[in-house]
Amino acid sequence: MSAYSLPSMFGWLVWRDLILAWRRRADVLATVFFFVIVVSLFPLGIGPERETLRSIAPGVVWVAALLASMLSLGRIFGNDYQDGTLEQLLLTPQSTYLIVLGKILAHWLVSELPLVIIAPLLGLQFGLSQNSLAIVVVSLLLGTPVLSLIGSIGAALTLGLRAANVLVALLVLPLYIPVLIFGTGAVQASVGGTSPQPYLLLLGATLVLTLVFAPWATSAALKISVE
Amino acid sequence: MLEALNLGCTRGDRWLFKDLAFSAKPGELIELRGANGSGKTSLARILCGLATPAAGEVRWQGKNIRSLGEEYFRDVAYLAHQNAVKDELSAIENLRISSAVSGRALKRDQAQQILGRIGLSHQQNLPARSLSAGQRRRLALARLLTSNAKFWILDEVFTSLDDAAVKLSGQFIDDHLKNGGLAIVATHQELNLSAPRVQRIELSK
Repeated sequence: MSAYSLPSMFGWLVWRDLILAWRRRADVLATVFFFVIVVSLFPLGIGPERETLRSIAPGVVWVAALLASMLSLGRIFGNDYQDGTLEQLLLTPQSTYLIVLGKILAHWLVSELPLVIIAPLLGLQFGLSQNSLAIVVVSLLLGTPVLSLIGSIGAALTLGLRAANVLVALLVLPLYIPVLIFGTGAVQASVGGTSPQPYLLLLGATLVLTLVFAPWATSAALKISVE
Repeated sequence: MLEALNLGCTRGDRWLFKDLAFSAKPGELIELRGANGSGKTSLARILCGLATPAAGEVRWQGKNIRSLGEEYFRDVAYLAHQNAVKDELSAIENLRISSAVSGRALKRDQAQQILGRIGLSHQQNLPARSLSAGQRRRLALARLLTSNAKFWILDEVFTSLDDAAVKLSGQFIDDHLKNGGLAIVATHQELNLSAPRVQRIELSK
């Protein structure tokens, strides 16, 4: 009997999801393009006035990130649910908590990390200073995992339902509000010349909190959905 | 080894089955029969721990499977209606990855050997998307062979399999039983197995 090693099972699960995402990269690219387009529409619609753009930039980038993240939530468990692999995953000898954590990690790497990477480029359109762009990246790095973590709860609860996408939005968007407030707060502070540190600390605290509780809630939701 | 105590399952406000009790020892085969909608799949899902019974409990080696948790999943392999085959992966990737995710890393040649046994040697590098329904079912069966589970729960194994594959899967079940395994097979077809000890459970509507 071969040894069961938890780290390697976790690693294989993440690796599996990355391969699957690569083979379906059109889905992933669609999310990124959505983010790019939404953010770029604002300078076009509002006009080139520097001060206005700079003041709306934090909110625009963060709201667009929230919406783009929403779009990809269905993919966390949806495909696996449809072809029956989710059941098989739940029947593997590792805790559901770790399975969920692995899937969230893969989702973040595939759907959120590209947004973080491309955000500073988009920020240039709003005339943000280099310092503020750095804060955009840092705040997104801390905040987007929270979006994946909270979103996974909604995704698990609405598995297999009709109109799941709309329902996920209704369930999850209100829960995203703290992240939105802290995230935009950090960028706004940096644009206004004050320290973004308190907001970043709050974001970090939210991340730790959701990292502990969200996978647990998602596991419970998954078990209900699969039953 | 396996005990089912007064199992009950409801669908809406109707009992699908009630006070169902049976037990099985290593090497034993349970044939699960019943009309469509009589609760075969529900029973299979209860036995593998995916669903909670409305009444009663399932025990594995004397312990409730609910309290055994992941420990129980090492001993169980469940072949469901759905093949759990990923369209984007090739046959061999499907086998190796599903096996590694459940904690048994499989070398390439081991995977090739199993695919050979199941008759998918020539298709091993094709994406599963281009396999036929029967070939996908074979691939799901191959997953069963990679597991070292003692308890096989097979729900309609023979769906879309051709005669040769039906015979082959019969052999696999026989081998599994001879090695001291335990199997429950839900099917409408006649099982031609050499298993010495067979129990029949008939679910009525």
